[in-house]
Amino acid sequence: MSKYYSKEVMDRFMSPKYFGEMKDADAVGLVGNPRCGDEMEVYIKVREGKVESASFRTLGCAAAIATSDVVCEMITGKSLEEAVSITEKEMVDKLKDLPHVKVHCASLALEGVKEAVKKYEGK
Amino acid sequence: MKKIYLDHAATTPVKESVIEEMQPFFSERFGNPSSVHRFGQEAVMAIDKARKKVAHFLGAKEREVGFTSSATEANNLSVLGAAGGGHVVTSSIEHSAVLNPCKMSSGSVTQVPVSSEGVLRVEDVLKEIRSDTTLVSVMYVNNEIGTVQPIAEIGKAIGEINKKRKKKILFHTDAVQAANYLSCDVSELSVDLLTLSGHKIYGPKGVGALYIREGVTVSPVMYGASHERGLHPGTENVPAIVGMGKAVEEIDFRKGEEVKRLRDKVIDEITSSISGVTLNGSREKRIPNNVNLAFEGVEGESLLISLDSEGIAVSTGSACASHSLSPSHVLLAIGLSDRMAHGSLRISLGNETTEEEVDHLISKLPPIIKRLREISGR
Repeated sequence: MSKYYSKEVMDRFMSPKYFGEMKDADAVGLVGNPRCGDEMEVYIKVREGKVESASFRTLGCAAAIATSDVVCEMITGKSLEEAVSITEKEMVDKLKDLPHVKVHCASLALEGVKEAVKKYEGK
Repeated sequence: MKKIYLDHAATTPVKESVIEEMQPFFSERFGNPSSVHRFGQEAVMAIDKARKKVAHFLGAKEREVGFTSSATEANNLSVLGAAGGGHVVTSSIEHSAVLNPCKMSSGSVTQVPVSSEGVLRVEDVLKEIRSDTTLVSVMYVNNEIGTVQPIAEIGKAIGEINKKRKKKILFHTDAVQAANYLSCDVSELSVDLLTLSGHKIYGPKGVGALYIREGVTVSPVMYGASHERGLHPGTENVPAIVGMGKAVEEIDFRKGEEVKRLRDKVIDEITSSISGVTLNGSREKRIPNNVNLAFEGVEGESLLISLDSEGIAVSTGSACASHSLSPSHVLLAIGLSDRMAHGSLRISLGNETTEEEVDHLISKLPPIIKRLREISGR
């Protein structure tokens, strides 16, 4: 097992539960760029102001995939307001640990959520 | 789980015979080479023996070889100590151990672009030479994509230019990645300065060597006592120097043939079993142990971590750049997009790499690529 990443990060990276395109999504947040190496798509389906389901597609490092997965899990069932107020620290805690140089992956995933919510609300 | 090491461009294991040679110099023969008594003289003799071996490998005189604590130090001495603040011509794919000292140099620096094959054109180097040029520094073999640069041709051309110049241009090559498989004969290469590393040739870490052609003046970059002609002040790392001498002595270019066969198998099998894969850098002008592939729709680090969880160690770009987020400057220099540069993997074989290990990699890679492409949706 990698000593670089926590077991939690590795498990999510090796078998993410929330990946895949959501054909009937209400909104999708596209974030990241090829220069930094991580590109994420966060899909949300909203019902009665709450995230009914979420999924992602990520071209990126193991941390980017793990944080995408964990953020989708964390926002599922939450109100949109709650979803956009999740913090980096809450994500890192849920992943047990994240190497310092990879914390930006957590912020990118959160940005993805905010972008998706913004798109939804702008509809 | 079986552990398979395919990252020999990062570092190599120290050979048993090298460890044996080093062993007495830790406690039994621990003397300081600067001491006049017999403990010290024993150490001096050991260093001189190592120097003789390195000199023999380079086709140089013993007094032209100095030991340093790393190849980085040897490169710093070449760029900062030999260029004398004049104009430096180097390549766009150089290691940071040359590029960063260039940034610290008081003189101006020109980085010559390479072809999409990752190879410098001699004429492109020559046309950057100016009246105030004091140093040309070009790596022998690139550490990321393994491409072999035309060092002998550049050296010869600089020699011609120098015939008409009062102030001669010095020519330096960082031969760290070349030494296992290619001749580093300084006359054949027509170089004035040449860098070697201990730990890339099955020797210990913490030691490098710099060849300095007789008559060439190099100023120190660190100040202290007069060890290694004042260029490497600090008590000599005797065991490491002894180990480096032994490692150089045992270099056997014939090993390159089998390594190259396995390298070609890796390239052929992976590019035929997986779609959207390209080889980075020239296949013909390439060191026998380097494979560098760009995979569409995956990111290199996630590929590295997936292979690591199967026990297979490879790298993205160079180990030294693994904490950087920007794509490899080498891969961008050969024209890769940011995305393809981030999706690249370096597989570097060693002299002990077996067919079985290579087959294991070849069979493990396709399902990993498939999985990561599903996650990326590309």
